[in-house]
Amino acid sequence: MAAAELLERAGYRVEVPEGQTCCGQPAWNSGDEEQARELARQAIHQLREFDHVVVPSGSCAATMICHYPTLLAGDREWQDAAYDLARRTRELTAFLAEASVEPTETPARFPGKVTYHDSCSGLRQLTIHDQPRQLLQRVEGLTLQEMEDTEVCCGFGGTFCIKYPEISEHMVSDKVERIQESGARAVLGGDLGCLMNIAGRMQRLGVPVKAYHVAEVLAGHADGPGIGEKG
Amino acid sequence: MPTDRALGRRGKAMQISPQEFKPQARAALKDATLQQALGRAKVGFTEKRRKGVEHFDDFEALRERGRRIRDHALNHMDEYLERLESMVQAAGGQVHWARDDAEARDIILGLCQQRQARRVTKSKSMITEEIALNPALERAGMDVVETDLGEYIIQLAKEPPSHIIGPAIHKTRQQISELFDTYHHQGALKAKLREIPELVTEAREVLRDKFLSADVGITGANFLVAETGSIVLVTNEGNADLTHTLPGMHISVAGIDKVVPTLEDATTLLRLLGRSATGQEMSCYTTFVTGPRRTDDPDGPEEFHLVLLDNGRSRMLSGPYRDMLRCIRCAACMNHCPVYGAIGGHAYGWVYPGPMGSVLTPLFVGLENARDLPHACTLNGRCATVCPVKIPLPDLLRQLRSDQFRQDIVDRRTRLGLRVWGYLARQPRLYSLATRVGSRLLRILGGRRGRLSRLPLAGGWTSGRDFPAPQGARFRDQWKKRQQQRRQA
Ligand code: SF4
Repeated sequence: MAAAELLERAGYRVEVPEGQTCCGQPAWNSGDEEQARELARQAIHQLREFDHVVVPSGSCAATMICHYPTLLAGDREWQDAAYDLARRTRELTAFLAEASVEPTETPARFPGKVTYHDSCSGLRQLTIHDQPRQLLQRVEGLTLQEMEDTEVCCGFGGTFCIKYPEISEHMVSDKVERIQESGARAVLGGDLGCLMNIAGRMQRLGVPVKAYHVAEVLAGHADGPGIGEKG
Repeated sequence: MPTDRALGRRGKAMQISPQEFKPQARAALKDATLQQALGRAKVGFTEKRRKGVEHFDDFEALRERGRRIRDHALNHMDEYLERLESMVQAAGGQVHWARDDAEARDIILGLCQQRQARRVTKSKSMITEEIALNPALERAGMDVVETDLGEYIIQLAKEPPSHIIGPAIHKTRQQISELFDTYHHQGALKAKLREIPELVTEAREVLRDKFLSADVGITGANFLVAETGSIVLVTNEGNADLTHTLPGMHISVAGIDKVVPTLEDATTLLRLLGRSATGQEMSCYTTFVTGPRRTDDPDGPEEFHLVLLDNGRSRMLSGPYRDMLRCIRCAACMNHCPVYGAIGGHAYGWVYPGPMGSVLTPLFVGLENARDLPHACTLNGRCATVCPVKIPLPDLLRQLRSDQFRQDIVDRRTRLGLRVWGYLARQPRLYSLATRVGSRLLRILGGRRGRLSRLPLAGGWTSGRDFPAPQGARFRDQWKKRQQQRRQA
């Protein structure tokens, strides 16, 4: 919801197509190419009429931008449509940074120190790094305190964290340590999978740091409970 | 494909194999000594590479050149191998072709026996691990001595290497002190913790006698140079040079993928190798060996043999995993892999660990014998960004997953889960209903705390993390309501 508001404030008319389900990433990463292809076609079809497709999650955006064209390569009917969708699709912070519309309303406030976790798909496939940081500069009262190893994976990895929970837990514990060392009161990110993973571990350990999607902070909605906390 | 003997080659002390990835990984995570060793190693390697690359003007351009050189060499591998063979012969050496690990072992064993070898020195080589050479030579009654310090340590410990350039990276100083006490002092030092320089000096002294009394020296090769028939050897300890110059016979074992066209190509790759591996501009010792000793050479072996191993490489060359053959064995991928960093190399169960191993092992030992390896990765992609020859490791792992899926080498739960989820995702109405019911259910389960510490069907997640119960209405419902309100307003 925060993402939609940000886009509206930037002057866009936002629609959420009925019948939209999932980008198919779990199938693609599990080796089920057939299923991934079908879901890709479904998504391409549903999104065919929009000027811009803005995705508030780095890994889903990367699937649509980087992998749909690969998946549908050689499929005469769909190949071009896949490229066309890729051209129109952006990850949320990349889109907002490119649009660079000055916020008309009062800027969001979020007093205190935050740290930013670079989610792997966004960072390495879409080179999302500076964009969220740039946007966060506009938030009043916010200081960004980078943590060590900000670009190291949090151990989520989709089905990875279910298949190899102990390894995943070890990785997310490292991540939580780095977050704590930074002294931030909140960790922000652009990918819900990673954020749920990190928030889940912090809550299990009783670490008093909140987790928010960067859009929540940008939209000024981060005054409530963090991800995984009860309001 | 390696024979059974090669797969069952591990020292008696450790029974490990790629099929046992999960339990091995679990054990590694619980091993406090190992965790201590890994923690230090991880920081060391990544820091060194970062500095090494930083001090180089345009490392990206160099990576691209490296990739091109390797691709070109692979595209014309047959030509370059022929040229290599004739140049080696012209320099007075002999070339032997081995189709698989068993053939390679037989050739090498035959050469050693011809020389009536009693003692064989070796400098670190992963390919002799791949063909399980040491046990074969030992069974024939030879004394095999590893001369790289790390290899020497794990030879004493009767363990396989856990890292392709730092074979004993998993050992702490305490463990090494204990091993040296047992083997060099018969326990007289009572396992006293000793300083590293002292341990190094002691190992050098022990090894010196072995170097001088060796009948055959066996090395690998970092590169094979077609235009000159040279092999390139890189070490930081100089042990490869003592291994190949002192005995009467030098046998070099290399995969056919190691060939490059020219000396210039080899030097470009050496610049990439040093920086990617240890952040060094060049390793301390880089040697180009061309044939046996010539009449006016002050030293060198009387005989030089090059054993060229295929062992599945030509099959890889013609399939979707060709990119993997560009690998120059620098280990950057495992040094930057958070999964390797958590569990170390032994958990992977075969010769090659980490990202490159997760691709290579299934290709060498068969997909069905290494089911976990392609999946034991979050696809975070850090390995591919540091690989000096730009191997798209995550894409190759994903490709292996597809192959597994197609060949039905997937566990039943995963397949079933994917089917159900996929079916729902293709039926928007049902998907919507399912997520609505699901989120309602989770909310109820989450109760007042708003999070779940146990979750049906995802026990893995909740063993170490809470799962956030959905807060309030689902996005889709909220959105609908909002749009309706707007329309009314
Ligand atoms: S795959 Fe790349 S990074 Fe890994 S060892 Fe080979 S060359 Fe080095």
